This record gives sequence, C-alpha cells and structure tokens, in this order.
Amino acid sequence: METAALVLGGLLAVACVVFVSRPFLREPGLPAQADRLHEPDAAEQRRLSLAEECDRALAALKELEFDHRTGKVSDEDYQELVGPLRREAAAALRALGAAGQPGRGASLPGEPEGTWSAERPLPSSRSS
Amino acid sequence: MPELGRAALILCLGLSLYAAAAGALAARERRRRLALSAQNALVAAFASAAVAAGVLLAALLRHDFSFTYVADHTSRKLPALYTVSAFWGGQEGSLLLWLLVLTGYASAAVLLDRVAAREVIAWVVPTLGVVASFFALLLVAVASPFDTQAAPADGLGLNPSLQNPYMVAHPPLLYLGYVGLTVPFAFAMGALLSGRTDERWIVATRRWTLAAWTFLGIGQLLGAHWAYVEVGWGGYYAWDPVENAALMPWLAATAFLHSVMVQEKKGMMKVWNMLLVVMAFCLSIFGTFLTRSGIVNSIHSFTQGSIGPWFLGFICLVTAGSLGLVFRRLPLLRARTRLESPVSREATFLYNNLLLVALCLTILWGVCYPLLTQALRGESVTVGRPYYDFFLRVFGLPLLLLMGIGPLVAWRKASWRSLRRILGLPAALSLALGGLLIGLGAGSSIPGLVAYTFSAFVLATIVLEFARGTRARRAVAGGGYATAFVELVARNRRRYGGYVVHAAVVLLAVGVAGSSAYQSVYETRTKALMPGDSVSVGGYRYVYRGLSQRTEGNHQELRAAFDVYRGRSYLGRQEPGKNFYFAEQQTSSEMSISSSLLTGEDRDVILNGETRQGGVFVKILIKPLVNLIWLAGFVFVAGCVIALWPDAREERRLAERYERAGALARA
Repeated sequence: METAALVLGGLLAVACVVFVSRPFLREPGLPAQADRLHEPDAAEQRRLSLAEECDRALAALKELEFDHRTGKVSDEDYQELVGPLRREAAAALRALGAAGQPGRGASLPGEPEGTWSAERPLPSSRSS
Repeated sequence: MPELGRAALILCLGLSLYAAAAGALAARERRRRLALSAQNALVAAFASAAVAAGVLLAALLRHDFSFTYVADHTSRKLPALYTVSAFWGGQEGSLLLWLLVLTGYASAAVLLDRVAAREVIAWVVPTLGVVASFFALLLVAVASPFDTQAAPADGLGLNPSLQNPYMVAHPPLLYLGYVGLTVPFAFAMGALLSGRTDERWIVATRRWTLAAWTFLGIGQLLGAHWAYVEVGWGGYYAWDPVENAALMPWLAATAFLHSVMVQEKKGMMKVWNMLLVVMAFCLSIFGTFLTRSGIVNSIHSFTQGSIGPWFLGFICLVTAGSLGLVFRRLPLLRARTRLESPVSREATFLYNNLLLVALCLTILWGVCYPLLTQALRGESVTVGRPYYDFFLRVFGLPLLLLMGIGPLVAWRKASWRSLRRILGLPAALSLALGGLLIGLGAGSSIPGLVAYTFSAFVLATIVLEFARGTRARRAVAGGGYATAFVELVARNRRRYGGYVVHAAVVLLAVGVAGSSAYQSVYETRTKALMPGDSVSVGGYRYVYRGLSQRTEGNHQELRAAFDVYRGRSYLGRQEPGKNFYFAEQQTSSEMSISSSLLTGEDRDVILNGETRQGGVFVKILIKPLVNLIWLAGFVFVAGCVIALWPDAREERRLAERYERAGALARA
C-alpha cells in the first residue's frame, strides 16, 4: 500500500512539474523580447480610460431616457439633466475619436445605432 | 493511503509557493512564460488538493480508523451521508475543504479572466498563491488530516448536532462564500499592484463576487434553519459569534455590490470599494478563525485547535499589507466626479453603504468585546442579544426603507417634486397597511409594526418598478405585456435580479419581525406536565399523552406525545424528544415543528426534561410568519440566478470597449 502511494504521489508530482513547465517546454529558447508580458503604453491606457468614460456617459443617457419613459424622472428634471449628459457623452466620444479611435458609428440613445460619430455635429437636446 | 494524502498536500504547498514567488517575479519583470507557468501552478495546486481530498473521502467511506481524523469524527454505525459530511465536521477536514475550494476558485478565475484583464491577472496569481500557501502550510505543518494511529475497533462518531441533512450542505456553501471572496480581493490587489485601477478588475470579478455573496447568503440561511430544527431552543439566529462571523463578510460584500455600481456609473467611490473588498476578505478569514480556533464560546465551535495564532498573524499581515497598498495607490484611486446632490441614486447607495458598514462594525465590536475584556481586564464580558437587537433596529430599519427609496431615485439628482410624485403611491399604501395592522393589534410591537410598514413600502416600489418598466418596454418594442416583461428583465438582469433579491429581503424582514416580535411562548417551569394535562398557548391547546422510547440505527429516541387542538378541531400530534447516540455518548434535542403553508406559522414544541414518573418539562412556541424566512431563501436564489445569468449584450459591449481601447489587440 505504501509503495502504491509513493508511486501515485510520484506520478502526481511529475505530472504537476510537467504541467507547470509547459509554457517553457512549448516555447523553448524564446528570446527575451518575445517573452514579454503585454504592457499597455500611455496612449492605450488613455484610450481605455476614455472608452470607460464614454461607456459611462452613454449608459447614463440611456438610463435617463428609460427613467423618463417609466415616469421616474419628470419632464422638468429630464430637460434639466439631459443637456449636460449629452454634452458629456459627445465630449467623451470626441475625445475617444481624437485619441486614435477609428470613428466607427457610435450612437447616442434615442437614435438608431451607428448614426452618430465623433466627426458629426452634436445632436441638440430634445425630450422624448 | 495517508502517505499519498500527505504527499499531495506537500505538493500543493510547493505549487502554491511557486505560484506566489514565480508569479510575483513574472509580474515584476514582465516575463510572459513565467507568468503562464505560475498560472499553471495554481491549476496543478487544485489537482493536488483534489487528490488529498479524494484520499480523505476514501478513508472516511472505508471507515479506515488508522486515520486519526476518521476515528475522531465517524463510527461504523454513522449513516453514509453523515460519514461524507464528516469531511468538514472537524478542523483538519474543513481546512482541506477551504484549500480545495480556494484552489478551485483560483484556477477558474485565472483561466476565465486571463484575457480580459491580462496585466491585472499577472498580480492576481501571486496574491492567490499567497493565500493558498497559508492554508496548505496549516494543513502540512499544523493540522494535518492525514495523521495516523493504531486503528481502534470503532470511531468516536460525529457530534449529534452535525448529524442533520442541513449540515451536509451548510458548511460547503458557507465555504464557497467565504473562499469566493478571495477572488475579488485578489483582483483588487492585482489592480493595485499593477497600477491598473481602471474598471477591468471590477468587470472581471463582478460575477465572482455575486456568486460568493449568493453562496454565503444561502449558507447562512441553511445554517439558520439547522439551528432552528437542531439546536432546540426555538430560534434561528442567536447572535452567536460564529453566526456573526458569517454575517459580517456578507454585509461587507452587500455594501460592495451596491457601491461598485456607483464606480461603474460615475467613476466614484474607488477607495471605498477597495476598502470594502479588503474588509470582506479579512472578515471571511476572521470568520474561519473564530469558527476554528475555539477562541470564543459558541454553540458552533465544534473544535478547539492550535491554529488561532496562525490565523491571527495572517489576518494582521493581510490587513496591514492591503491597507498599505491602498494608501500607496491613493493618487490612482481619486474620483474625477463628485456627488452632485444628496438626493440622487448614488447618494442613496452611499447611505446604504454607511448603514451596512455601521451594522457590520457594530457586530464586529460585539464579537471582539469578550476577547478585548479578557485581554485587558482578565475576565471575559460578552454582549447579549439586546445589544445586537438594538443596533439591528437602528441600522436595519432605515436600510429597509432605503431599499424602497433607492431604486426610485434618479441618478445625479432628483427634485423633491419628482420624489413626492413617485413615492406617493407606495407610501400611501404602506401607511394604510400600517393603520390596518394597528387596528388588528400589531401595535404591541413598535419595531415590528415599523418593519411591516417599511416592508409593504419596499414591496410596493418593487411591484411598481416592474410594472412601469414593462409598460415602458412595451411602448418601445411593442408586443404583449408578458413579452415586454421578459425582455425588460433579460435586458437588465442585474437591476431586476437585484429587485427580486430585495423582495427576498422583504420576506426575510417580515418573517423575522413576525416570528420574534409577535411570537407566543409557553414554558413549563416548576411542575412537570403529567399525561392528560393540557396547556393553552397562542390560541392552541396542547394535551400531553405520555412518553415513548425506541431504538433507531445509531441512536435511541425518547419522544413525548402531544395532541394539538384549535377550539374543538383536532390538528394532529406533535412529538418532541431527545436522541441518545451510542458511539458518541451524547444526547441531542429533537424539536417537533408543525408548519402551516397557508399562514407561514410554525408550532414548535421542545422537550426540556422528563421525570421518572413520566412527566415532562416543555417549551411551546407559536411563531407567526416564520416560514417566510425560508421562502425568502428561494426568492433570494431566484434573484441571484437572474443577476448572475450571462448577458450576451453586456459581454459584447465590454468586448467592444476593450477592442476600442486596443487593450486586447496585442493580448
């Protein structure tokens, strides 16, 4: 029994060592340059941050539209909130575009998808 | 084969240490293959832990009493189900379960999220490796389940309280919750260590946190039900330190699940969210420490071990290290936006967080107070139920009210006029119900009445939210109401799953208020009840008929028979009693529960003692609405499943975001 345990233990250890070494076994002798973890540069970091801001602004607009439709937000509150939100969303889209984003038809809520991009003029505020 | 178990644990320790050291080196020096190798080490550590668990399980099922653990926690006559659950019935087995679940979570998290958050993952691996190393070290050096001895003819058996079906599921679920909180902690640390404090760590851990929180919630409810049917005092939550130990990380995680939405929507509360994740994780380790060290007196401390100082040291290390890291990265965690109005959705989340954290810290103070007085004054002073009940009302009732108000308030800011308009109907309905309840005599308990009124308010707001949402969806997409309802939920699962969870909390609140504030109790104190005697309680008449005994499997049963009447109607027989377990030489109380599905009421009878003449001392409790607490569990699970269900649209949106940013371009 003890021998069987030792054999099984040994097999388990060998299997684990092989599995752990696998990245080195699959790509032996890789030059240091090719063995680097991807490190985003400052521009990529900025684009990510802008993309998050952009998503946040668009989501806020969608949420406001929905809350207005459900009656949770009154017409007066909607009118007061929608303008700044649209401006924020447009600014975020514009900044993302300027940061190297290939202006691919992002859209503001209330419009069909892909009809507005950073290059187009900002749509005016409106109630729905 | 204890040698194989020991070898597997040593291997697991080695692999975890490798994952920690190699992972840290790879992340620091940006070495790709070494980082992948460290990830593989975590997966291999899981395989090793699984082998060790398999060895212990086989020994339990074979009644191999040469394993000290098997002899200490099982016997030949122990039913098979409880022989399996003895795996986590003792300290060493439960620590092995911790390690198994942890390495399982770690493997799954790094494999599933390694593309979405590559730079963060590089630091997540060593963090998970450190935590796994700690538990593996405990199992190898301090509390091994593979110690051996000369095999005795039979084992000592399992504590009778643990021989209950709920104990088969409760500890594993609780551990899935406790251990699951390691994943968001590791990602938070990964984000801080890598300096990538954008939203990716939150996106990556959203489901892990929710899953851990769900398991922890269900685990606690099952534990409460176990205490209710098994401990034999007629209650389900005693503010016992070990019960509190599970509640505290759940409260911290609840706060995090809410405040993280503010970070996602507004980019605020980044430091607070980091602190909540650290708090939830440290409290989950603290909970394991309380349960396993035996440092506090608890009905749930089944073991007293020597692992206390190890846990304490680890908690101090983790707390100091993670807080230091948060402090160091403060400049990266600054919010770019501010709270625009105290009357806004984000503000209600903030209030909710403050109340949840205040409740959590109050409970922590109550748990730690006996330890502090022991250390400072040399005598242990415990805080009792009134302390906890008081703070539960002070923080819990406003929390309940906020649960109704929060979802109705718009983001950024809401005008008072809007609020009045939208809150008017639910407020009027709940006040009307409150008035009706006073008329029906519910005014005898003010907290109970307030809880009912607030619960009605929250329920009304939830129904209104679903109704308005369905109507709005139908106006946009057309179709019938049913289709619009399904689409509404499917398109925003987190929000509407959350509302279902809120409905579960309402049921829980109503059940707790009903069963504690309005229960009726009878207890025999001086003169034993003799056969033919009757007592009246809560509108029921109990007639005592006599005692009986019989032998069943590994125990002998003693039962007292009571016939129950309401007016002249005979409702049935209830037989509370006691079981005497031969191998364990211990007695357990077996409460008789009669439940009404229609009213949610329970009639509980507990046998406190018996006389040689056949007389009995009993406690009878009539608990209105208590079954709503267990019903809340099912609703809670339903809400969590809705919120956890994968959302393809959301996945696409996130993928598009990272594609846009180029974060995945070279991954």
